[in-house]
Amino acid sequence: MTKNKMRLVVVGNGMAGIRAVEELLKLAPDLYDITVFGAEPHPNYNRILLSPVLAGEMTIQDIILNPLDWYRDNGIALHLGKRIARIDRAGRKVIADDGSEAEYDRLLLATGSTPFIPPIPGNDLPGVIGYRDIRDTDEMIAAASEHRHAVVIGGGLLGLEAANGLRQRGMDVTVVHLMPWLMERQLDKAAADMLKTSLEARGLKFLMEKQTEALIRGESGRVAALRFKDGLEIPADLVVVAAGIRPSMALAESAGLYCNRGIVVSDTMQTYDPRIYAVGECVSHRGVAYGLVAPLFDQARVCANHLAHHGIARYTGSVTSTKLKVTGIDLFSAGDFMGGEGSEEIVLHDPSGNVYKKLVVKNDILVGAVLYGDTADGAWYFQLVKDGQNIREIRDHLMFGQNHVGDVGHAGQSKAAGMPDEAEVCGCNGVCKGDIVKAIKSHGLFTLDEVRKHTKASSSCGSCTGLVEQILASTVGGAYTPSQSKDKAVCGCTEHSHGVVREAIRSQHLIAIPEVMKALEWKTPNGCASCRPALNYYLISTWPGEAKDDPQSRFVNERAHANIQRDGTYSVVPRMWGGLTTPAELRAIADVAEKYRVPTVKMTGGARVDLLGIKKEDLPKIWADLGAAGMVSGHAYGKSIRTVKTCVGAEHCRFGTQRSMDMGVKLEKMLFGMWSPHKVKLAVSGCPRNCAEAGIKDIGIIGVDSGYELYVAGNGGIKTEVAEFLCKVKNDAEVMEYSGAFLQLYREQGYYLERTCHYVARVGLDHVKAAVVDDESGRRALYERLLFALQDYEDPWQQAVQQPALRREYEVIQMTGHGKADSEANHARSPLLNPLPQAGEEANESLREFHIKGVTA
Amino acid sequence: MSGWIEICALEDIAPQGSRVVASEQGDIALFRTADDRLFAMHDKCPHRGGPLSQGIVHGDTVSCPLHGWKIGLKDGEAVAPDQGCAKSFAVRLEDGRVWLKFGR
Ligand code: SRM
Ligand SMILES: Cc1cc2nc3c(=O)[nH]c(=O)nc-3n(C[C@H](O)[C@H](O)[C@H](O)COP(=O)(O)OP(=O)(O)OC[C@H]3O[C@@H](n4cnc5c(N)ncnc54)[C@H](O)[C@@H]3O)c2cc1C
Ligand code: SF4
Ligand code: FES
Repeated sequence: MTKNKMRLVVVGNGMAGIRAVEELLKLAPDLYDITVFGAEPHPNYNRILLSPVLAGEMTIQDIILNPLDWYRDNGIALHLGKRIARIDRAGRKVIADDGSEAEYDRLLLATGSTPFIPPIPGNDLPGVIGYRDIRDTDEMIAAASEHRHAVVIGGGLLGLEAANGLRQRGMDVTVVHLMPWLMERQLDKAAADMLKTSLEARGLKFLMEKQTEALIRGESGRVAALRFKDGLEIPADLVVVAAGIRPSMALAESAGLYCNRGIVVSDTMQTYDPRIYAVGECVSHRGVAYGLVAPLFDQARVCANHLAHHGIARYTGSVTSTKLKVTGIDLFSAGDFMGGEGSEEIVLHDPSGNVYKKLVVKNDILVGAVLYGDTADGAWYFQLVKDGQNIREIRDHLMFGQNHVGDVGHAGQSKAAGMPDEAEVCGCNGVCKGDIVKAIKSHGLFTLDEVRKHTKASSSCGSCTGLVEQILASTVGGAYTPSQSKDKAVCGCTEHSHGVVREAIRSQHLIAIPEVMKALEWKTPNGCASCRPALNYYLISTWPGEAKDDPQSRFVNERAHANIQRDGTYSVVPRMWGGLTTPAELRAIADVAEKYRVPTVKMTGGARVDLLGIKKEDLPKIWADLGAAGMVSGHAYGKSIRTVKTCVGAEHCRFGTQRSMDMGVKLEKMLFGMWSPHKVKLAVSGCPRNCAEAGIKDIGIIGVDSGYELYVAGNGGIKTEVAEFLCKVKNDAEVMEYSGAFLQLYREQGYYLERTCHYVARVGLDHVKAAVVDDESGRRALYERLLFALQDYEDPWQQAVQQPALRREYEVIQMTGHGKADSEANHARSPLLNPLPQAGEEANESLREFHIKGVTA
Repeated sequence: MSGWIEICALEDIAPQGSRVVASEQGDIALFRTADDRLFAMHDKCPHRGGPLSQGIVHGDTVSCPLHGWKIGLKDGEAVAPDQGCAKSFAVRLEDGRVWLKFGR
């Protein structure tokens, strides 16, 4: 077989060119003798990941895509550090700047682009650079170790990643942007403003709508400052210009190829000379020059198809999506996100949860999306945009993501498990879920790295990593060990994750919020509405009796002990232990409802009565009346024990094997006043018919003839999760001990706002079993710590009734109409100051008695 | 009713807390920050009228209890990206007593 091969010469050793070669080798490995010229002295690397390299999260070695061996193994002649200066189309050869030549039958131009440096005086000073390649990155890293002030011109994707990286390396960074908001080509104003706020919280500074007039030279000859049109001057030892890119087309142009904002190509990726192809950022296809890899890879595939003489593929353009690669910031945008004439917007905006989602719909088709904060459904939306699928049927649920389409829950499958095989997971490399699952199964893959190698999924920009991990986890189950690195910061006030904060509170014995903030270098003077409640919980759960509860760091419901309603009124849910009540209690509730003109009385889903629409001032009075009838109120609001639902059980039911009502009441009394990372619900059923729905509770207890079965980590809320079997126990005392131990483990290890199902998903059921089931003395100790933490809890409703200092929370200061608003005079008028009926001794008594029993038992 | 009116003692407001003052102009939320500065504004969130007095106070901001908008205490302006304003009132602290200014 000494057939003369055709000669393919590739100019440009970058992402698009080498991808085309890889695709070609798959289709026709022996068709060509391949020669590659690259101006850079490196083998092909993943340019996208220069950002994490700059931020210190990766090294250059990590981002090499094709090591030198790869070229050698595939018989490719590689010329590094050689720039092609001229194309001789008549002689069918290229000539490099060092004079070397190569003849071709087919030529592939993949010269990429270069940073656009605006014509400002001083733009050629040392210290002024674009951001494009390894050399630029090295220069920035060097500058960061010697200099302080960096200015990034351009608040687009590239500029922000550069700015973040330099900031991570300790520089004082200012981003200068010409437009009114950041990333205006990818984001709308609302999302851009949230992004800006998050980046500011990380220490970046922004100067918006500013035009640079000149870069000023310092004594050393290096750039020293930057002057704006309005006269303002700021120091700058390093200026990174990220003001856009220009396709590298001079070479093609000088060879007489038609160029217009890029080398113009047809749908087969051919230039006006049919022997010459072009792919990547240097081309203009149907008037569009792309600056992201996903479309370039599509182009490479089509180009390879034609180079291999298959001749069937057509490139017709791409819909693009964007993700910003700044660790800890989740941002996604796709398609036509600005909307406009004839389109509608569906918007979800939760600033305190730091979530923004906008979907743009046109004629029942999703045409664009912007997601900030929660980008889990980005891939799904992008798929809908690309498919142009009609969404009329699912419109109601669209905003809530893929999981909400169809019936609720799907038996606890994860998001990835529910994705169809043809859904695209990795947008950069066009890898679908089916490809990944197949690779995992056929090659026996277990780690993210292996999947990356085999499928390329998650190997480019890495933003689909979470989804790929989910697929891996759902395919190989327990054999998968997730990477530990992506612990998110608690909120913008700190860099630290929940785990780090919890551990610091424990190991450094911190007992007050200001102490924690000082020790962990909080960035805000007294936190925010996200971190303060979390810190307060961590403190009181780690150091019960020592750390003092801070009411001002609790959400109003927990501060006022009632649930705030949309109109500013409150609700009261008198506790009915285990769902049991008496005629006397019902009468007391009815009396209260009449006396205080309660507008709505309703049965809750937690088997008790809700009194809704109560004025805050009336709360203590109602509690006093209920207290007089022997009732305590219920935590229908807190991150705390909620309800213990029961069925009638062996007390009455012909099938009952265990006394479920009695068991439920005992559990609810034991757990009275328990604060937890999130709310906690229990249920006890008397037999496996399970009328108390124990299968979707944080702890579900099912009576069987020989004792009880315990289930944990169920959830009936946002996403239904079926509880998992923990163990079987013999009697009531064991139910209390095992349940108590499980809850204490969760209280000590759970992150704030993590329900038991999420906690167990994070640590694994085996971890829980080891601590609660297998380790007898450990279980006892957990149980005792729980009882210790609960022992001093006092009925907060009666405290509010009895202690004037606490009652202030509920009192309104009345203006007298003119002159002095004397709050004392005001007090005198307030019915609160009149002697209150004595609180329900009975209920309190029985509770205390119970606690004492619990502790000494 | 206009001019400065004496409302209550500083201790009647918890640090990082608030009180509600019922006036002819509607409920007014009176805030005290961690460092004992005082601010007052209509007790109505510019978003959907949530009672700001019931929110968590942090720095110079209060987070509305209903949907978490952050409102600047100094001027009643919603923190970007949200937009809206709760009317603010002048407050003064004198010998441990809190005064509120109505009208001009
Ligand atoms: C009153 C009640 C609805 C009713 O009329 O039946 C209710 C009312 C609220 N629920 Fe619920 N939930 C009520 C039973 C439930 C149940 C059913 C149950 O407990 O058996 C569930 C599903 C079971 C579960 O939690 O696993 C439930 C799942 C949720 C969720 C989703 C939780 C999750 O982890 O997925 C939320 C949101 C949250 O907590 O973050 C929520 C939040 C809320 C809040 C507290 C929203 C809020 O923050 O203001 C609602 C207060 C309404 C109000 O204005 O007072 N509610 N909620 C029920 C009170 C039961 C009780 O007696 O304490
Ligand atoms: C820091 C950074 C972050 C990015 N992040 C993302 C991202 O998150 N997502 C995304 O989709 N895209 C991202 N991009 C863009 C992406 O890297 C480019 O779209 C892609 O690399 C373009 O591929 P290309 O092959 O066309 O050009 P290049 O990868 O630039 O390759 C062109 C090569 O040709 C060489 N060359 C040029 N002229 C000659 C000549 N005459 N002779 C010989 N060699 C020559 C150049 O030196 C270069 O090595 C990012 C880019 C940068 C710089
Ligand atoms: S489901 Fe729960 S949170 Fe939603 S409206 Fe009903 S009570 Fe409120
Ligand atoms: S009413 Fe204040 S945030 Fe909605």
